Amino acid sequence: MITVILPAYNEAKNIGRVIGGLFEHGFVEIVVVDDGSTDTTAEVAEKAGATVIRHPINRGQGAALQTGDVYALSQGAETVAHFDADRQFNPKDIDGAVELLRTKQLDVVLGSRFLDSRSKIPWFKRRVILPVGRLINMLLTGVTLTDAHNGFRVLSRRALEKITINQDRMAHNTEIVSLIKKHGLRYTEYPVEVVYHEFGQNVGGGMRILWDVVKSKVISLKS
Amino acid sequence: MLLIQLFLAAFFLFAIGKVVGRYRAREISLRATFFWVIFWIVAGFIVMLPDSTMYAAKILGVGRGVDLVVYLSLAFVFFALFRLMVKNEQMRREITKLTREVALLNMVDNDKFQNPNVKSSSND
Repeated sequence: MITVILPAYNEAKNIGRVIGGLFEHGFVEIVVVDDGSTDTTAEVAEKAGATVIRHPINRGQGAALQTGDVYALSQGAETVAHFDADRQFNPKDIDGAVELLRTKQLDVVLGSRFLDSRSKIPWFKRRVILPVGRLINMLLTGVTLTDAHNGFRVLSRRALEKITINQDRMAHNTEIVSLIKKHGLRYTEYPVEVVYHEFGQNVGGGMRILWDVVKSKVISLKS
Repeated sequence: MLLIQLFLAAFFLFAIGKVVGRYRAREISLRATFFWVIFWIVAGFIVMLPDSTMYAAKILGVGRGVDLVVYLSLAFVFFALFRLMVKNEQMRREITKLTREVALLNMVDNDKFQNPNVKSSSND
């Protein structure tokens, strides 16, 4: 059974369509973690047939993903897919990523926008933000990837048990890559399509991610 | 007396007043009150008698007393900043943990989630 986890904050406009798309592709275990939304995200998700977990207050995407992971583990999930709630990913890609995970006996499959030409990435993002993000990620994690901060990933149960996300906000992407390396998890990248309805992380967002990562390295609290 | 000495002395008195006020409102402990009152008194002493730091500066090999005060103050500020960051991070994690627990326990009420940390209260 594949559990698809959707962290969502104020996505009432999109969440219904995303859940519908996932059901159409045959996924039945869809978990929406409503991260303290101030709109009707939870209600729409519940109506669409997803299991909804509600954070009473907003804690960030990383915190929502960890809540989803804890829930999935408690339900005996063998494979989990992290998927965005803003319609930017294609549900079709989950099948391919899961198949790769299982046939190659991997622990994690990370989505990449740069392994095929389906994603129409805005120029500034493609040429400036993402290359800088990739370089910083490589320096911070010691792992070389073709993409940076792609929210699409598929994880085995073994990976879920090893990875605990402590970065509440967007720096969880970097943290997950660090933990993959730390625990010696087997991983690869897989081409995924990203459709931009919004620009996503800008330079300010990137700086905030960098600050969160550096802060965690300086303070280095025990998990 | 220089004007700056007057300003700083007035500010230190204001700070002591605030510390005592917080103690009276039971917002800080007696130990913390003592620490901060003594801290501001020493600061006032140094401001009123700047030459008093010369003796310590000479022993420690620092040229001027004022330099010694600046070095020590900076060290203290950075240490306090580090402690604040650690505390802040701990609080952030605890709030997230609580938020997660509340979210998942609400699911227990809906019979969708069985928290592995919570033993069943039923006797059968």
